[in-house]
Amino acid sequence: MAKIAARVKVPAQAKKGEIVEIKTTVAHKMESGRRKDKQGKVIPRKIINKFVCTLNGKKVFWSDWHPAISANPYLSFYIRAKESGTFEFSWYDDDGSVYKTTAKMAVT
Amino acid sequence: MPNAVDRRQVLLGAGGIGLAAITAALLPAQTLADTAAANETISKLIDGATPKTGKVTLKLPQIAENGNTVQFSVKVDSPMSDTDYVKAVHVVAEGNPAPEVASYFFTSDSGKAEITARMRLGKTQTIRAVAVMNNGAVYEAREEVKVTIGGCGG
Repeated sequence: MAKIAARVKVPAQAKKGEIVEIKTTVAHKMESGRRKDKQGKVIPRKIINKFVCTLNGKKVFWSDWHPAISANPYLSFYIRAKESGTFEFSWYDDDGSVYKTTAKMAVT
Repeated sequence: MPNAVDRRQVLLGAGGIGLAAITAALLPAQTLADTAAANETISKLIDGATPKTGKVTLKLPQIAENGNTVQFSVKVDSPMSDTDYVKAVHVVAEGNPAPEVASYFFTSDSGKAEITARMRLGKTQTIRAVAVMNNGAVYEAREEVKVTIGGCGG
């Protein structure tokens, strides 16, 4: 598991049935494969192509990304609070590495 | 005198048109080929279904000064219950070298089918958001963005 600066904002507590917003961002250049270096050579594509969010091991939200997603990709989405547990967030890089982070939420 | 057009309004109007004309002349416009390519991309994503208008709200700035990061949000009107929810939202930028931007997948646990993210835009163009419901219905929204500086590198 590669080290990378990923940040997520998940409310620590939520009422059962409440819809909570989750904000995520990860530090990544998202090299589109269309830029050229000083010698005019194309810089090869290297982006995060997939994002997955699970709650207690169950997939609750996921996303496919293309080179049009900006550098340091930001994404916010919603989840209905049903049960307490741990969210796991995974970002999949073109080069095969997976960046992960977790967050806990208590549902009352 | 509510109907009278005074000098100030005429000047403002003329200025507006002038600015729009300059913007249009400076930027390479989106072509019909771009739209055709986007249609093909969308058709693949939704298995050839015919999108209806409505239910989808696509929020974008009218003018994006920096095409490298353009914030957008997509919201789909749905109860997000076990029997009636949004399965996927696809975002396509008609004028980008590769029209596909991203696809977002929801479950009945999502609560709300709404996302916010940031994308790159190469030039002034139309952005399309297509939502696929769990019963197979497809809805679409379109929004035009004027891009001052493109964000696809060079």
